[in-house]
Amino acid sequence: MAEAKETHPLVELTLMRVREFLREKEAVFWVFIFPVLMTFALGIAFRNTGPDKTLVAIESGDARASDTANVLSRSPEVAATVLSPDEAALALRSGKVSIVVKPVDDSFEYRFDPTRPESRAARLLVDDILQRGKGRSDVVNVEEAKITEPGARYVDFLVPGLIGMNLMGSGLWGLGFTVVIARSRKLLKRFAATPMRRSHYLLSFMLSRLVFLVLEVAAVIVFAWLAFGFTVRGSWLSVVLIIVLGGFTFSGIGLLVAARPTTIEGVSGLMNFIMLPMWLLSGTFFSSERFPQILQPFIQALPLTALNNVLRALMNEGATLSSNWSPIAILLAWCVVSFLVALKIFKWQ
Amino acid sequence: MSTQTTTVARAVAHTTQRVALRCAGLVKRFADVTAVNGLDMEVFAGECFGLLGPNGAGKTTTVEILEGLTASDEGTVEILGQRWKKGDDRALRERIGVQLQETQLAEKVTVVETLRLFRSFYQRGHNVDEVIRTVALEEKRNARVGKLSGGQKQRLAVACALVSDPELLFLDEPTTGLDPQARLSLWDIVEKFRAGGGTILLTTHYMEEAARLCDRVAIMDHGKVIALGTPAELIESLGADQIIEFSATHALEDDPLKRLPAVSHLHKRDDVYSLTVSEIGVALPALLAEIKRQQSELVTLTTHQATLEDVFVSLTGRMLRDG
Repeated sequence: MAEAKETHPLVELTLMRVREFLREKEAVFWVFIFPVLMTFALGIAFRNTGPDKTLVAIESGDARASDTANVLSRSPEVAATVLSPDEAALALRSGKVSIVVKPVDDSFEYRFDPTRPESRAARLLVDDILQRGKGRSDVVNVEEAKITEPGARYVDFLVPGLIGMNLMGSGLWGLGFTVVIARSRKLLKRFAATPMRRSHYLLSFMLSRLVFLVLEVAAVIVFAWLAFGFTVRGSWLSVVLIIVLGGFTFSGIGLLVAARPTTIEGVSGLMNFIMLPMWLLSGTFFSSERFPQILQPFIQALPLTALNNVLRALMNEGATLSSNWSPIAILLAWCVVSFLVALKIFKWQ
Repeated sequence: MSTQTTTVARAVAHTTQRVALRCAGLVKRFADVTAVNGLDMEVFAGECFGLLGPNGAGKTTTVEILEGLTASDEGTVEILGQRWKKGDDRALRERIGVQLQETQLAEKVTVVETLRLFRSFYQRGHNVDEVIRTVALEEKRNARVGKLSGGQKQRLAVACALVSDPELLFLDEPTTGLDPQARLSLWDIVEKFRAGGGTILLTTHYMEEAARLCDRVAIMDHGKVIALGTPAELIESLGADQIIEFSATHALEDDPLKRLPAVSHLHKRDDVYSLTVSEIGVALPALLAEIKRQQSELVTLTTHQATLEDVFVSLTGRMLRDG
């Protein structure tokens, strides 16, 4: 009748996680397909097609307007159009042009917003062309060397950020929802009525994350490599170690978030509250250095900032682990503390 | 006659039998209600013991305290000779099987996968396919839990409790919400486990279930045991074997009805009168005469053998299903 035990509970629990995940079509989409689509869309939107032309409006109402437009349009870097004063003002306000040029007697009036970098650049360019047109010549001859290389493009900046964001999302959603659903359906209570070791239950989440981690990160990297020639400059081993650490860290945070809520609404609110600052501040789409200095200590302490920074250093700059010890220490601290606290305060019913 | 002798024999045997579960003075208070209010109970090894009571009587809270899932505010619990949190809880959990009233198993995994998971938690137990056969789910072995009917899900829940080959099985309202066919097949499983020497503590608010499955029944109301005995003993305690239920065109005076011969108890619910009688042949003609005397006429009349439901009604004035 009775026989000895067959498989290890940690194996069965992890298998259960993997099965439940793979059989949930929506989850598969968000974890695997969505990041690839995102890389594709953003990679296309910001691909390098040579420098964009500077858009300039010339105010009409003067015979010299079309002459001015001709002078400017001779430059390959400028696209100039003649507009009525009202249209020109609207185009400037809505950002369709970077600067408005109004011919005045024998001179010009420039209208632009000095807080917009592209307007400042347009002013310099337009002024240079118009001054030359009036006969100014260069004092010294300079040489230019134009450099665009892999590793410095936007897509190269983007891929590590997307991987970081994806690790955060799948760690928190994947874990948080599964645990809270199991709690609300009294499945956790049922497990608590068996001799199952509670640490096995929590560890099974970590292990199953490890399985998916490899797949979801590989999907993004392989796609970025095929579509945009993305390359990892640092050591692959370091990259893998950091990705595993990042995955575990966000699993730990996911467990912590899911430690107590009993409803999906409750855990969703909590997860958004935790993820929103990181979506905004942690430098996924643009560098977090752009935020004010006063916020920097807080931003740098966020796990996603730490993960993004290490991944970028390794992938884009070819840096080593030892030169990035401080964000790595931040990640490790988040990982260990959140897992231990989660284990402590976890509610089984 | 013969059933009565076996009941007596069983009752006698109990006095010398090993106790599988014992609790004394259990109290559990929640914010606004005392769910369990001084409960004493003993379950003997090898018997099927029923906790019968309406919804909200405190059955589930009691069972969860006994299962070591909820801490009581007062009182002691001893399961298979051991107390919760006083020794090796995991070793004790190896020896019990639990089915919880509200558990919904994961929908995306199959029957056999679910059972393999539960089996892996225990040091020893049954082969998974053997348990699938016991609960007659062979055809659904590879079906996902989400695709099972209510009865099949409940049989799987019981299978998860049986997979460890437990000495003591807790079943909390195992047939609530099931159709009669599904209920019968679940009863079969319980009876098989009992025949194999296992001990069962079962809660239910179906008196037919308690009467059919249980060796002894504790009737529970408002967190207390209000009657305890074999189903036959409990029904006998009514001092009656028949119940007459009737309604009449006009409201009747109560007192003359109570004084009718062979009537031991009168209960009125809405327009329906219910008389507990010892000899129906004496009581019925007298009742008809009395209705005529009060210048009323019968609208409906039914009679049935006294049941555990009638025991509950006579003790509390309410029906089991009222809650």
